[in-house]
Amino acid sequence: MSDRNFLTIEKLTLAYGGTVAVKDLDLTIAEGELVALLGPSGCGKTTTMRAIAGLIQPRQGRIVLAGRDITHVRANKREVGLVFQSYALFPHLSVFENVAFGLRLRSVARDELEQRANEAIGLVGLKGFERRLPRELSGGQQQRVALARSVVVRPRLLLLDEPLSNLDARLRLEMRSELQRLQRDLGVTMIYVTHDQSEALALADRVIVMRDGRIAQQGTPADIYERPSSVFVAQFVGFENIFKAGQWPLPDERDIAALAWRPQAVVLGQGPHQGRVLGASYLGDAVEYLIETPGGLVKAQTPASARRFALDETVSLDLPLASAARLAGQ
Amino acid sequence: MRYAGHAVLAAVVLFLIGPFLVIAAAGLSAGDTLTFPPQGLSLKWITAVFGMENFRQSFVLSLWLAVGSTALALLFGVPAAYGLARYPVPGRDFMRSIVFTPVIVPGIIAGLALLRHAVIPLGLPVTTALILAHTVLVVPYAVRVVTASLEHLRTDVEEAAVILGATRTGTFFRVVLPNIRNGILAAFILGFVTSFNQVPVSLFLTGPGITTLPIDMLASMEFVYDPSIAALSALLALMSMAIVMIAEKMLGLSRYV
Repeated sequence: MSDRNFLTIEKLTLAYGGTVAVKDLDLTIAEGELVALLGPSGCGKTTTMRAIAGLIQPRQGRIVLAGRDITHVRANKREVGLVFQSYALFPHLSVFENVAFGLRLRSVARDELEQRANEAIGLVGLKGFERRLPRELSGGQQQRVALARSVVVRPRLLLLDEPLSNLDARLRLEMRSELQRLQRDLGVTMIYVTHDQSEALALADRVIVMRDGRIAQQGTPADIYERPSSVFVAQFVGFENIFKAGQWPLPDERDIAALAWRPQAVVLGQGPHQGRVLGASYLGDAVEYLIETPGGLVKAQTPASARRFALDETVSLDLPLASAARLAGQ
Repeated sequence: MRYAGHAVLAAVVLFLIGPFLVIAAAGLSAGDTLTFPPQGLSLKWITAVFGMENFRQSFVLSLWLAVGSTALALLFGVPAAYGLARYPVPGRDFMRSIVFTPVIVPGIIAGLALLRHAVIPLGLPVTTALILAHTVLVVPYAVRVVTASLEHLRTDVEEAAVILGATRTGTFFRVVLPNIRNGILAAFILGFVTSFNQVPVSLFLTGPGITTLPIDMLASMEFVYDPSIAALSALLALMSMAIVMIAEKMLGLSRYV
């Protein structure tokens, strides 16, 4: 029986000195859910995560985890795990001792300690590396140690702070699916902090987009990707053509602020509007054009196999209303 | 241009190492007075030094003083360095400068001030006064070296320990201390050498019968003029160099200073 309100954050306000980083944040996360906190740097996502972990004290608000108000509980008593962006492994301890660290603090008996630590090391695929020191491991392996170290103490909630941002592209994909597998196997509730929209969309059950210390939009990855509610979110998930209602080429609709199209949604070679090709970049599988129109610049992408347009050529284009995202606010 | 550069370099090296070579050579003299160049070579003064009772006593005192005051300085310096590095202490820069003043204030002034305004009014015994003064002199080195090695340890490593269930104190002993161990050793060696070679402050604080080795040597030079002082100086210089070289090999001492 999973708890819908496993983690509840109410009216959370966080500040560093005089700067307010997070303002009146409300957030509810269900047990077993994998939620991504997505946003540009400085949006308050990492600060929020640090407050949940207990590393900063909120100025206002409440944090309730599994029915227990942890707002004023010390970080070492919260039963929350945190995987740091820099991994933060203990440099003087071996892989095994890094993983066993939390178990030793809990005075777990020796047999159980060895069994649980080894199990966690096996879970992240590091069998045989137990005696190595962190500096003898690659970035990906260090990341796995950090994961094992966090899950071995069975936290109620696992926080991950940009865990993949220090890895190269291929490793990032590999670790992404490992994280998903881990979450499925352990059933642990996870909050995943990232500035990378594709990572958030690929991993999470639910995505929470943050901006200036507030929630800009939350929903399933499809909601966020296909139906952004504001100009900010639309830009963040790749809608590059955004036009205000009432301006070219839009109808004057009063309940929306703007319409947005991805470059792939713009139709070239036919349509009611005219534009001039200012630039063309070959992307391999597609060609991206920059087109000057009476209403401003439009970015369009067509398959590489489609008809090509030359620089300065005048083209017809269409911004179909059917493929537009309707944005209610800024 | 290049020759000029080499010449300057050679002059600097000569200036730095020359006195030591002169003293070492004089200490190896076979004659009975302190001269350079030495009158023949022998080890007789080197061996003679070990038999001199007064030097032996002051050497032991210097040794204890260096070990004791450095240990005390670390006892204060390590927590001070940690606090200054990790907590937003009000007036942090001011406190840093206060901690470093013993390096800047001339030892002769510090020594006089200690004598006139602490040792005499409080009636402190000579050894206590020496220990206190040397501790104060070594604290800046302890703080500075330990601060440098704390900078190598990321703060999120400590946060990770706390999140895994450690208290702040537990984190200090389980995570911080093992990772700054080399810095503490380096600080110990620097402090030891600083205290052992200390002259101006000790000059004011030593008393009859209780004196450190450098002060004892200074005093004996006034009425003894044989090569024993040169022999002892060379031995001490070698000892300091050996300690620092071993520390450099094992700890990379120069990273911290």
